[in-house]
Amino acid sequence: MTDAGREFAPSAKPRLLRGVRLKHDEVRGGYILLAPERVVRADPIAVAVLQRCDGIRSFADIVDELCAVYKGDRERIENDVRVLLVDLFTKRMIGI
Amino acid sequence: MSELERVGPRPPAPIGLLAELTHRCPLGCPYCSNPLSLDKRVSEMDTATWMRILEEANSIGVLQVHLSGGEPAARRDLVDLVAHCASLGLYSNLITSGVGVTEALVKQLDKAGLDHVQLSIQDCEEESADRIAGYKGAFARKRMVANWVVASGMPLTVNAVIHRANVTRAGRMVEMAIALGARRVEVAHTQYYGWALKNRAALMPSREEADAAWNEVEALRKKIDGQIVIDHVAPDYHARTPKPCMGGWGRQTLNVSPTGKVLPCHASETIPGLEFWNVGDHSLGDIWENSPAFNAFRGVDWMPEPCRSCERREIDFGGCRCQALALVGDARATDPACHLSPHHGIMAEIAHRDSAPNREAAYSYRRMETLAEG
Repeated sequence: MTDAGREFAPSAKPRLLRGVRLKHDEVRGGYILLAPERVVRADPIAVAVLQRCDGIRSFADIVDELCAVYKGDRERIENDVRVLLVDLFTKRMIGI
Repeated sequence: MSELERVGPRPPAPIGLLAELTHRCPLGCPYCSNPLSLDKRVSEMDTATWMRILEEANSIGVLQVHLSGGEPAARRDLVDLVAHCASLGLYSNLITSGVGVTEALVKQLDKAGLDHVQLSIQDCEEESADRIAGYKGAFARKRMVANWVVASGMPLTVNAVIHRANVTRAGRMVEMAIALGARRVEVAHTQYYGWALKNRAALMPSREEADAAWNEVEALRKKIDGQIVIDHVAPDYHARTPKPCMGGWGRQTLNVSPTGKVLPCHASETIPGLEFWNVGDHSLGDIWENSPAFNAFRGVDWMPEPCRSCERREIDFGGCRCQALALVGDARATDPACHLSPHHGIMAEIAHRDSAPNREAAYSYRRMETLAEG
Protein backbone atom coordinates (compact mmCIF):
# COMPACT_ATOMS: atom_id res chain seq x y z
CA MET A 1 0.00 0.00 0.00
CA THR A 2 2.77 2.38 0.97
CA ASP A 3 4.70 1.57 -2.20
CA ALA A 4 1.67 2.25 -4.37
CA GLY A 5 1.39 5.63 -2.67
CA ARG A 6 5.04 6.49 -3.31
CA GLU A 7 4.67 5.60 -6.96
CA PHE A 8 1.27 7.15 -7.70
CA ALA A 9 0.68 5.60 -11.12
CA PRO A 10 -0.65 8.05 -13.75
CA SER A 11 -3.92 6.07 -13.77
CA ALA A 12 -4.39 6.22 -9.97
CA LYS A 13 -7.55 8.10 -9.00
CA PRO A 14 -6.92 9.94 -5.74
CA ARG A 15 -9.83 10.96 -3.53
CA LEU A 16 -10.20 12.56 -0.13
CA LEU A 17 -11.06 9.82 2.37
CA ARG A 18 -14.25 9.96 4.42
CA GLY A 19 -13.64 12.30 7.33
CA VAL A 20 -11.33 14.53 5.30
CA ARG A 21 -12.80 17.74 3.98
CA LEU A 22 -11.60 20.86 2.24
CA LYS A 23 -13.48 23.82 3.65
CA HIS A 24 -13.56 27.50 2.86
CA ASP A 25 -12.77 29.35 6.08
CA GLU A 26 -15.34 32.14 6.30
CA VAL A 27 -13.75 33.77 9.34
CA ARG A 28 -10.04 33.74 8.41
CA GLY A 29 -10.28 33.46 4.64
CA GLY A 30 -8.62 30.81 2.49
CA TYR A 31 -9.12 27.06 2.61
CA ILE A 32 -8.61 24.57 5.41
CA LEU A 33 -8.13 20.82 5.15
CA LEU A 34 -10.01 19.14 7.99
CA ALA A 35 -9.20 15.56 9.04
CA PRO A 36 -9.27 13.47 12.24
CA GLU A 37 -7.63 15.72 14.87
CA ARG A 38 -6.01 17.79 12.11
CA VAL A 39 -6.63 21.32 10.87
CA VAL A 40 -4.28 22.27 8.03
CA ARG A 41 -4.24 25.50 6.05
CA ALA A 42 -4.21 24.69 2.33
CA ASP A 43 -2.31 27.03 0.01
CA PRO A 44 -3.83 27.88 -3.41
CA ILE A 45 -1.85 25.14 -5.18
CA ALA A 46 -2.96 22.50 -2.67
CA VAL A 47 -6.54 23.71 -3.06
CA ALA A 48 -6.32 23.40 -6.84
CA VAL A 49 -5.05 19.83 -6.48
CA LEU A 50 -7.42 18.73 -3.73
CA GLN A 51 -10.51 20.11 -5.46
CA ARG A 52 -9.67 17.70 -8.28
CA CYS A 53 -9.17 14.66 -6.04
CA ASP A 54 -12.67 13.33 -6.64
CA GLY A 55 -11.97 9.66 -7.32
CA ILE A 56 -12.91 10.24 -10.96
CA ARG A 57 -9.96 12.19 -12.30
CA SER A 58 -6.69 10.27 -12.53
CA PHE A 59 -3.33 11.56 -11.37
CA ALA A 60 -2.46 12.24 -15.04
CA ASP A 61 -5.78 14.11 -15.55
CA ILE A 62 -5.06 16.33 -12.55
CA VAL A 63 -1.56 17.15 -13.82
CA ASP A 64 -2.95 17.86 -17.32
CA GLU A 65 -5.57 20.24 -15.95
CA LEU A 66 -3.12 22.11 -13.73
CA CYS A 67 -0.68 22.48 -16.64
CA ALA A 68 -3.49 24.00 -18.69
CA VAL A 69 -4.55 26.36 -15.89
CA TYR A 70 -1.13 27.47 -14.63
CA LYS A 71 0.80 27.18 -17.91
CA GLY A 72 3.80 25.93 -15.97
CA ASP A 73 6.56 23.43 -16.57
CA ARG A 74 4.91 19.99 -16.67
CA GLU A 75 7.69 18.15 -14.89
CA ARG A 76 7.63 20.60 -12.04
CA ILE A 77 3.84 20.57 -11.69
CA GLU A 78 3.77 16.78 -11.77
CA ASN A 79 6.40 16.66 -9.05
CA ASP A 80 4.51 19.18 -6.88
CA VAL A 81 1.29 17.19 -7.19
CA ARG A 82 3.08 13.93 -6.41
CA VAL A 83 4.82 15.32 -3.32
CA LEU A 84 1.54 16.68 -1.95
CA LEU A 85 -0.48 13.54 -2.62
CA VAL A 86 2.16 11.13 -1.32
CA ASP A 87 2.36 13.19 1.86
CA LEU A 88 -1.41 13.12 2.33
CA PHE A 89 -1.53 9.43 1.42
CA THR A 90 0.99 8.65 4.16
CA LYS A 91 -1.11 10.71 6.57
CA ARG A 92 -4.19 8.65 5.65
CA MET A 93 -6.08 11.59 4.19
CA ILE A 94 -6.02 10.49 0.53
CA GLY A 95 -7.09 7.14 -0.89
CA ILE A 96 -6.49 5.74 -4.37
CA MET B 1 -8.16 58.01 20.88
CA SER B 2 -11.34 56.09 20.45
CA GLU B 3 -12.93 54.85 23.62
CA LEU B 4 -13.49 51.56 21.87
CA GLU B 5 -9.81 51.01 21.30
CA ARG B 6 -8.68 47.74 22.79
CA VAL B 7 -5.78 47.47 25.18
CA GLY B 8 -4.39 44.42 23.43
CA PRO B 9 -4.90 42.79 20.07
CA ARG B 10 -7.98 40.65 19.54
CA PRO B 11 -7.25 37.02 20.26
CA PRO B 12 -7.00 34.80 17.18
CA ALA B 13 -10.19 32.93 16.37
CA PRO B 14 -10.56 29.56 18.10
CA ILE B 15 -10.15 26.38 16.04
CA GLY B 16 -11.73 23.75 18.26
CA LEU B 17 -14.63 23.40 20.65
CA LEU B 18 -14.69 20.59 23.20
CA ALA B 19 -18.36 20.05 23.96
CA GLU B 20 -18.65 18.13 27.21
CA LEU B 21 -22.25 17.13 26.67
CA THR B 22 -22.56 15.21 29.92
CA HIS B 23 -20.48 13.94 32.80
CA ARG B 24 -22.54 10.74 32.94
CA CYS B 25 -20.47 7.70 31.93
CA PRO B 26 -20.92 3.99 32.55
CA LEU B 27 -17.16 3.50 32.91
CA GLY B 28 -15.12 4.43 35.95
CA CYS B 29 -11.63 4.89 34.45
CA PRO B 30 -9.30 6.05 37.21
CA TYR B 31 -7.37 8.31 34.80
CA CYS B 32 -10.41 10.32 33.71
CA SER B 33 -9.64 14.00 33.11
CA ASN B 34 -13.09 15.14 34.24
CA PRO B 35 -13.21 17.14 37.47
CA LEU B 36 -13.71 15.26 40.74
CA SER B 37 -16.97 17.12 41.21
CA LEU B 38 -19.11 15.86 38.33
CA ASP B 39 -22.15 17.70 36.97
CA LYS B 40 -25.47 15.94 37.55
CA ARG B 41 -27.94 15.10 34.82
CA VAL B 42 -30.52 17.63 36.04
CA SER B 43 -28.03 20.47 35.60
CA GLU B 44 -27.15 19.58 31.99
CA MET B 45 -28.02 22.04 29.22
CA ASP B 46 -30.90 21.27 26.90
CA THR B 47 -30.69 20.56 23.18
CA ALA B 48 -31.67 24.08 22.07
CA THR B 49 -28.86 25.63 24.10
CA TRP B 50 -26.28 23.25 22.63
CA MET B 51 -27.60 24.06 19.13
CA ARG B 52 -27.07 27.76 19.83
CA ILE B 53 -23.55 27.11 21.13
CA LEU B 54 -22.71 25.24 17.91
CA GLU B 55 -24.04 28.14 15.83
CA GLU B 56 -22.04 30.69 17.82
CA ALA B 57 -18.93 28.50 17.65
CA ASN B 58 -19.23 28.34 13.88
CA SER B 59 -19.67 32.10 13.58
CA ILE B 60 -16.52 32.88 15.61
CA GLY B 61 -14.34 30.56 13.52
CA VAL B 62 -14.43 27.18 15.22
CA LEU B 63 -13.71 24.47 12.64
CA GLN B 64 -13.88 21.24 14.63
CA VAL B 65 -16.30 20.21 17.37
CA HIS B 66 -15.34 17.40 19.71
CA LEU B 67 -18.46 15.84 21.19
CA SER B 68 -17.31 14.41 24.45
CA GLY B 69 -18.20 13.90 28.10
CA GLY B 70 -18.53 11.71 30.11
CA GLU B 71 -20.07 9.42 27.57
CA PRO B 72 -21.78 11.56 24.89
CA ALA B 73 -23.95 8.62 23.81
CA ALA B 74 -25.74 9.04 27.14
CA ARG B 75 -27.38 12.12 25.57
CA ARG B 76 -30.53 11.28 23.62
CA ASP B 77 -29.99 14.28 21.32
CA LEU B 78 -26.54 13.18 20.12
CA VAL B 79 -27.69 12.47 16.55
CA ASP B 80 -29.47 15.85 16.36
CA LEU B 81 -26.36 17.67 17.56
CA VAL B 82 -24.21 15.87 14.96
CA ALA B 83 -26.73 16.74 12.25
CA HIS B 84 -26.61 20.37 13.35
CA CYS B 85 -22.80 20.38 13.11
CA ALA B 86 -23.09 18.96 9.59
CA SER B 87 -25.64 21.56 8.52
CA LEU B 88 -23.32 24.32 9.76
CA GLY B 89 -20.30 22.78 8.05
CA LEU B 90 -18.59 22.10 11.38
CA TYR B 91 -16.32 19.06 11.48
CA SER B 92 -17.74 16.70 14.11
CA ASN B 93 -15.68 14.30 16.18
CA LEU B 94 -17.30 11.87 18.59
CA ILE B 95 -15.14 10.93 21.58
CA THR B 96 -16.72 7.82 23.05
CA SER B 97 -16.12 4.91 25.39
CA GLY B 98 -18.32 2.83 23.09
CA VAL B 99 -20.45 1.63 25.99
CA GLY B 100 -24.04 2.59 25.30
CA VAL B 101 -23.36 2.86 21.56
CA THR B 102 -25.52 0.51 19.48
CA GLU B 103 -25.21 -0.52 15.84
CA ALA B 104 -28.36 1.48 15.10
CA LEU B 105 -26.84 4.59 16.69
CA VAL B 106 -23.66 4.21 14.60
CA LYS B 107 -25.81 4.07 11.46
CA GLN B 108 -27.78 7.15 12.53
CA LEU B 109 -24.61 9.09 13.32
CA ASP B 110 -23.14 8.12 9.95
CA LYS B 111 -26.29 9.29 8.18
CA ALA B 112 -26.31 12.53 10.19
CA GLY B 113 -22.84 13.31 8.81
CA LEU B 114 -20.50 12.51 11.68
CA ASP B 115 -16.94 13.04 10.44
CA HIS B 116 -14.83 11.00 12.86
CA VAL B 117 -15.15 8.56 15.76
CA GLN B 118 -12.61 8.34 18.54
CA LEU B 119 -12.99 5.20 20.64
CA SER B 120 -11.12 4.59 23.88
CA ILE B 121 -9.60 1.24 24.78
CA GLN B 122 -8.21 0.52 28.23
CA ASP B 123 -5.93 -2.39 27.30
CA CYS B 124 -5.52 -5.08 24.64
CA GLU B 125 -6.28 -7.84 27.17
CA GLU B 126 -9.91 -8.22 28.11
CA GLU B 127 -9.64 -8.91 31.83
CA SER B 128 -7.24 -6.04 32.44
CA ALA B 129 -9.22 -3.67 30.21
CA ASP B 130 -12.45 -4.31 32.07
CA ARG B 131 -10.74 -3.97 35.43
CA ILE B 132 -9.27 -0.59 34.46
CA ALA B 133 -12.65 0.59 33.15
CA GLY B 134 -14.44 -0.75 36.23
CA TYR B 135 -17.02 -2.28 33.88
CA LYS B 136 -17.35 -5.94 32.96
CA GLY B 137 -18.01 -6.43 29.26
CA ALA B 138 -16.67 -3.03 28.16
CA PHE B 139 -13.82 -4.54 26.14
CA ALA B 140 -16.09 -6.84 24.13
CA ARG B 141 -18.50 -3.99 23.48
CA LYS B 142 -15.73 -1.71 22.24
CA ARG B 143 -14.60 -4.32 19.71
CA MET B 144 -18.15 -4.45 18.35
CA VAL B 145 -18.42 -0.66 18.17
CA ALA B 146 -15.10 -0.49 16.30
CA ASN B 147 -16.41 -2.99 13.75
CA TRP B 148 -19.65 -1.06 13.24
CA VAL B 149 -17.78 2.23 12.77
CA VAL B 150 -15.32 0.76 10.29
CA ALA B 151 -18.16 -0.93 8.38
CA SER B 152 -19.91 2.45 8.11
CA GLY B 153 -16.86 3.98 6.43
CA MET B 154 -16.36 6.65 9.08
CA PRO B 155 -12.71 7.06 10.11
CA LEU B 156 -11.90 5.45 13.45
CA THR B 157 -9.29 6.57 15.95
CA VAL B 158 -8.41 4.25 18.80
CA ASN B 159 -7.38 6.10 21.89
CA ALA B 160 -5.22 4.33 24.48
CA VAL B 161 -4.13 5.93 27.74
CA ILE B 162 -0.94 4.43 29.12
CA HIS B 163 -0.30 3.84 32.83
CA ARG B 164 1.15 1.21 35.14
CA ALA B 165 -1.42 -1.51 34.44
CA ASN B 166 -0.93 -1.51 30.64
CA VAL B 167 2.46 0.14 30.11
CA THR B 168 4.10 -3.09 28.96
CA ARG B 169 1.50 -3.49 26.19
CA ALA B 170 1.66 -0.08 24.45
CA GLY B 171 2.92 -1.64 21.24
CA ARG B 172 0.29 -4.36 21.31
CA MET B 173 -2.41 -1.72 21.67
CA VAL B 174 -1.18 -0.07 18.48
CA GLU B 175 -1.33 -3.48 16.79
CA MET B 176 -4.85 -3.95 18.13
CA ALA B 177 -5.85 -0.58 16.67
CA ILE B 178 -4.54 -1.68 13.26
CA ALA B 179 -6.38 -4.99 13.54
CA LEU B 180 -9.60 -3.14 14.40
CA GLY B 181 -9.25 -1.14 11.19
CA ALA B 182 -8.47 2.21 12.79
CA ARG B 183 -7.02 4.93 10.60
CA ARG B 184 -5.39 6.66 13.54
CA VAL B 185 -4.25 5.68 17.03
CA GLU B 186 -3.53 7.97 19.92
CA VAL B 187 -1.14 6.56 22.50
CA ALA B 188 -1.18 8.98 25.39
CA HIS B 189 0.77 8.58 28.58
CA THR B 190 -1.52 9.59 31.44
CA GLN B 191 -1.81 13.30 32.11
CA TYR B 192 -2.33 13.79 35.81
CA TYR B 193 -5.41 15.99 36.25
CA GLY B 194 -8.81 15.35 37.80
CA TRP B 195 -9.29 11.69 38.64
CA ALA B 196 -5.85 10.82 37.29
CA LEU B 197 -4.19 13.14 39.81
CA LYS B 198 -6.22 11.54 42.60
CA ASN B 199 -5.09 8.10 41.37
CA ARG B 200 -1.53 9.02 40.56
CA ALA B 201 0.05 6.56 43.00
CA ALA B 202 -1.96 3.73 41.42
CA LEU B 203 -1.22 4.79 37.84
CA MET B 204 2.38 5.99 37.65
CA PRO B 205 4.70 3.62 35.78
CA SER B 206 8.41 3.60 36.52
CA ARG B 207 10.67 5.71 34.38
CA GLU B 208 12.11 2.53 32.81
CA GLU B 209 8.63 1.26 31.93
CA ALA B 210 7.55 4.59 30.45
CA ASP B 211 10.73 4.86 28.39
CA ALA B 212 10.39 1.28 27.13
CA ALA B 213 6.77 1.88 26.11
CA TRP B 214 7.75 5.09 24.33
CA ASN B 215 10.58 3.40 22.42
CA GLU B 216 8.40 0.43 21.51
CA VAL B 217 5.73 2.64 19.91
CA GLU B 218 8.31 4.80 18.11
CA ALA B 219 9.98 1.67 16.69
CA LEU B 220 6.58 0.46 15.55
CA ARG B 221 5.92 3.80 13.88
CA LYS B 222 8.86 3.21 11.54
CA LYS B 223 7.78 -0.34 10.79
CA ILE B 224 4.14 0.34 9.98
CA ASP B 225 4.59 3.60 8.08
CA GLY B 226 1.44 4.46 6.16
CA GLN B 227 -0.82 1.81 7.75
CA ILE B 228 -2.01 3.95 10.61
CA VAL B 229 -1.36 7.46 11.89
CA ILE B 230 0.21 7.36 15.35
CA ASP B 231 -0.13 10.34 17.67
CA HIS B 232 2.04 9.86 20.72
CA VAL B 233 1.67 11.92 23.90
CA ALA B 234 4.77 11.89 26.12
CA PRO B 235 4.80 11.24 29.87
CA ASP B 236 4.99 14.68 31.52
CA TYR B 237 6.72 13.52 34.67
CA HIS B 238 9.67 12.20 32.70
CA ALA B 239 9.96 15.12 30.28
CA ARG B 240 12.63 17.82 29.93
CA THR B 241 10.42 20.41 28.28
CA PRO B 242 6.72 20.98 28.96
CA LYS B 243 3.91 20.23 26.54
CA PRO B 244 2.30 23.20 24.77
CA CYS B 245 -0.83 22.72 26.85
CA MET B 246 -3.99 23.35 24.77
CA GLY B 247 -1.71 24.88 22.12
CA GLY B 248 -1.52 27.90 24.41
CA TRP B 249 -4.09 29.19 26.89
CA GLY B 250 -7.10 30.76 25.14
CA ARG B 251 -5.32 30.49 21.82
CA GLN B 252 -6.95 27.62 19.91
CA THR B 253 -9.69 25.88 21.83
CA LEU B 254 -12.51 26.31 24.29
CA ASN B 255 -14.30 23.76 26.47
CA VAL B 256 -17.95 23.99 27.31
CA SER B 257 -18.95 22.02 30.42
CA PRO B 258 -22.28 20.14 30.69
CA THR B 259 -23.73 23.10 32.59
CA GLY B 260 -22.52 25.74 30.10
CA LYS B 261 -19.42 27.00 31.83
CA VAL B 262 -16.78 27.91 29.26
CA LEU B 263 -13.26 26.85 30.23
CA PRO B 264 -9.85 27.37 28.63
CA CYS B 265 -9.12 23.70 29.44
CA HIS B 266 -10.86 20.87 31.23
CA ALA B 267 -8.81 21.23 34.41
CA SER B 268 -8.83 25.03 34.64
CA GLU B 269 -11.52 25.07 37.33
CA THR B 270 -8.88 23.80 39.74
CA ILE B 271 -7.17 27.20 39.56
CA PRO B 272 -8.49 29.44 42.35
CA GLY B 273 -9.53 32.99 41.59
CA LEU B 274 -10.40 32.51 37.92
CA GLU B 275 -13.76 33.88 36.82
CA PHE B 276 -15.49 31.62 34.29
CA TRP B 277 -18.43 32.86 32.26
CA ASN B 278 -21.45 30.78 31.30
CA VAL B 279 -23.16 30.55 27.91
CA GLY B 280 -26.39 31.36 29.74
CA ASP B 281 -25.10 34.89 30.40
CA HIS B 282 -22.77 35.66 27.49
CA SER B 283 -22.30 34.71 23.86
CA LEU B 284 -19.44 32.34 23.08
CA GLY B 285 -17.62 35.10 21.17
CA ASP B 286 -17.88 37.48 24.12
CA ILE B 287 -16.55 34.79 26.45
CA TRP B 288 -13.66 33.94 24.13
CA GLU B 289 -12.57 37.56 23.83
CA ASN B 290 -13.44 39.05 27.18
CA SER B 291 -13.94 36.54 29.96
CA PRO B 292 -11.39 36.97 32.75
CA ALA B 293 -10.50 33.26 32.76
CA PHE B 294 -9.56 33.27 29.07
CA ASN B 295 -7.48 36.42 29.41
CA ALA B 296 -5.69 35.34 32.59
CA PHE B 297 -2.84 33.49 30.84
CA ARG B 298 -3.24 34.56 27.24
CA GLY B 299 -0.14 35.53 25.27
CA VAL B 300 3.22 35.98 27.01
CA ASP B 301 2.76 39.11 29.17
CA TRP B 302 1.66 37.15 32.25
CA MET B 303 4.82 35.05 32.24
CA PRO B 304 7.42 35.22 34.97
CA GLU B 305 11.01 34.15 34.40
CA PRO B 306 12.38 31.81 33.20
CA CYS B 307 9.51 31.73 30.66
CA ARG B 308 9.40 35.46 29.90
CA SER B 309 12.79 35.57 28.19
CA CYS B 310 12.78 31.96 26.98
CA GLU B 311 13.10 31.33 23.27
CA ARG B 312 10.49 28.58 23.59
CA ARG B 313 7.86 30.85 25.16
CA GLU B 314 5.71 30.79 22.05
CA ILE B 315 6.38 27.11 21.41
CA ASP B 316 5.23 25.65 24.73
CA PHE B 317 3.61 28.78 26.26
CA GLY B 318 5.12 27.99 29.65
CA GLY B 319 3.49 24.55 29.70
CA CYS B 320 0.44 23.79 31.77
CA ARG B 321 -1.03 26.23 34.31
CA CYS B 322 -3.01 23.53 36.10
CA GLN B 323 0.10 21.39 36.55
CA ALA B 324 2.07 24.39 37.84
CA LEU B 325 -0.68 24.96 40.39
CA ALA B 326 -1.02 21.31 41.37
CA LEU B 327 2.70 20.68 41.83
CA VAL B 328 4.23 24.08 42.67
CA GLY B 329 1.19 25.76 44.22
CA ASP B 330 1.28 28.70 41.80
CA ALA B 331 -0.63 28.74 38.50
CA ARG B 332 1.70 31.48 37.14
CA ALA B 333 4.85 29.45 37.70
CA THR B 334 6.75 27.70 34.94
CA ASP B 335 5.38 24.18 34.47
CA PRO B 336 7.73 22.03 36.58
CA ALA B 337 7.93 19.62 33.64
CA CYS B 338 10.43 22.16 32.25
CA HIS B 339 14.07 21.55 33.15
CA LEU B 340 14.46 25.33 33.59
CA SER B 341 11.88 25.37 36.40
CA PRO B 342 13.51 25.64 39.84
CA HIS B 343 11.01 22.95 40.88
CA HIS B 344 11.79 20.52 38.04
CA GLY B 345 13.24 18.00 40.53
CA ILE B 346 9.87 17.32 42.13
CA MET B 347 8.56 15.72 38.93
CA ALA B 348 11.14 12.94 39.08
CA GLU B 349 10.70 12.67 42.87
CA ILE B 350 6.95 12.22 42.61
CA ALA B 351 7.26 9.81 39.69
CA HIS B 352 9.81 7.77 41.61
CA ARG B 353 7.74 7.74 44.81
CA ASP B 354 4.40 7.01 43.11
CA SER B 355 5.78 4.27 40.89
CA ALA B 356 7.51 2.39 43.71
CA PRO B 357 6.85 -1.34 43.20
CA ASN B 358 5.30 -1.80 46.64
CA ARG B 359 2.62 0.87 46.09
CA GLU B 360 -0.91 -0.37 46.54
CA ALA B 361 -2.62 -0.21 43.14
CA ALA B 362 -6.18 0.33 44.38
CA TYR B 363 -8.12 2.65 42.10
CA SER B 364 -10.54 5.36 43.13
CA TYR B 365 -12.90 4.72 40.25
CA ARG B 366 -14.51 7.77 38.71
CA ARG B 367 -18.02 7.89 40.15
CA MET B 368 -20.66 10.54 40.65
CA GLU B 369 -21.48 11.27 44.26
CA THR B 370 -24.88 9.76 44.81
CA LEU B 371 -25.51 11.10 48.30
CA ALA B 372 -25.83 14.71 47.22
CA GLU B 373 -27.96 13.90 44.17
CA GLY B 374 -29.60 17.12 43.11
